[in-house]
Amino acid sequence: MPLLHRLVRQDSAVVPFTIDGVPCNGRAGDTVLTAVLCHVEQLRETEFSGAARAGFCQMGACQDCWVQLAAGERLRACTTELAEGMHIVTQRGLRHG
Amino acid sequence: MAERAPPLIVGAGPAGIRAAATLAAAGLRPVVVDEGHACGGQIYRQPLAQDGRDDRARYGSEAGKAALLHRDFAALGPDVDYRPNTLLWNLRDGTADVLRDGVNHRVGYDGLILATGATDRVLPIPGWTLPGVFTLGGAQIALKAQGCAIGRRVVFAGSGPLLYLVAWQYMKAGVEVAAVLDAAPLSAKLNLLRALPLAPDIVLRGLRMVAALGLAGTRVQLGVSSLRIEGKDKVSRIVYQSGGREHRIACDGVAYGLNLRSETQAADLAGCAFRFDPRDRAHLPLREASGRSSVAGVYLAGDGARIAGADAAEAAGERAALALLEDRGLPHDAARAAALELRLAKIDRLRGALEAAFPFPAHWAAEIADDALLCRCEEISAGEARRAIGDYVLTEMNRLKAITRIGMGRCQGRMCAAAAAELLAVQTQRDIGAVGRLRAQAPIKPIPLDVSLSVDERQHDPAH
Repeated sequence: MPLLHRLVRQDSAVVPFTIDGVPCNGRAGDTVLTAVLCHVEQLRETEFSGAARAGFCQMGACQDCWVQLAAGERLRACTTELAEGMHIVTQRGLRHG
Repeated sequence: MAERAPPLIVGAGPAGIRAAATLAAAGLRPVVVDEGHACGGQIYRQPLAQDGRDDRARYGSEAGKAALLHRDFAALGPDVDYRPNTLLWNLRDGTADVLRDGVNHRVGYDGLILATGATDRVLPIPGWTLPGVFTLGGAQIALKAQGCAIGRRVVFAGSGPLLYLVAWQYMKAGVEVAAVLDAAPLSAKLNLLRALPLAPDIVLRGLRMVAALGLAGTRVQLGVSSLRIEGKDKVSRIVYQSGGREHRIACDGVAYGLNLRSETQAADLAGCAFRFDPRDRAHLPLREASGRSSVAGVYLAGDGARIAGADAAEAAGERAALALLEDRGLPHDAARAAALELRLAKIDRLRGALEAAFPFPAHWAAEIADDALLCRCEEISAGEARRAIGDYVLTEMNRLKAITRIGMGRCQGRMCAAAAAELLAVQTQRDIGAVGRLRAQAPIKPIPLDVSLSVDERQHDPAH
């Protein structure tokens, strides 16, 4: 079950990306946070306890929504626009490095 | 003689926009740095792409103000040096470090207007870190800017005008609002009678929203306490106390917040003196009615200086810009400045009544469950903080941070410092104003270590 539910932009242009290797489709105008949470229930697992997190403030303040790209780059999901071909990693075991 | 550097405005919400327009009208060309992708701030945030909704659908009763701000700022065009998607992370001696697209720019400025805005204020409750729990502001942004709901069946909990506003917006968008759980008792709402003559339209609109929620079958519960959010890997229910009984409501989304807190890190880096503000229960940068701070050439406007709302932010942004013009020896409209100060004083009276009607539940601080995470970033529980306060006889916030790492994580205390101060005050039986405040440190938000390029935009070396 996704965490977020899309009410508009249902027919906007498709933006393909992957979550933990699984192909997914976002929509033009999505943030990374929106695109991921319209498919799954978490953005990351914490460094200490491994608890699932999925953002909190959605305005770039709480820093709870940092995700990693497969290549290693980290980005803040709520303030980053989804781009075609992003390979997003949300689980610790799948992270490189 | 070298030409004077341009003024710098930090933030492009209602305060930053009005400040920029005022400076541009006087012939200055301010640099405006904005973390957003387009102007508007959080309250009038614009979507990344058009989504078929008009301003009325997006901003409701505030659509006219939003449209005017967006249009006026766009009309400034090349008269302002606007930099969207840009993070200001350091300020020192007339130089700002701003990061855009992985490139750091060192910008020299002469005159600084800080319009840094606010975020939701929270006290930790068990389960507040679960996926599906967002701040009230975050839930509103999901809906307004991204057109998404944070759940199919959502509970709104906490305090503040946003509590009812966002619940109503979700209901209007067709989402099931399972309950509105208000920390404040009915007696607090009597303060709305004080607010009524000051702003009848705002108060009546709020009451209509509550009535509409009630008509739609939403449970509106006042005076709740002992909130707890439960679920395995995501929200599945919220539990609370009311009328001496425990209640539970199944839900898949929770929006939570206890009014707002000012973003003051940039003012701290700019060297502004701070003072404890009893109404906001926070240390805030000192500010004159004109917007002048304790530092010459540094001005404060909007919710980043003290919580007052978007209308006040517009007036304060313009007022601060007029002060900058006056201090720079440029013509400025003194009558307009006086009128803006009168307007701000009136809004402040309204704000006092609203804060009393939607009070921060300070009494919750004594009851924060030991197992509730106080610091989301470093995963420090309230119990761990209490033990450290006792073991190390801590009485001051920066010592608490040094010992426990609270406030040392990625958010630098944005989400936990207000709560940690409340907890420290209760635990040491001190006044909340006496436990100090976390000092801001550059970079005030995370920046990548591989910022290799740095563009020096300063017109001359400041020779420090």
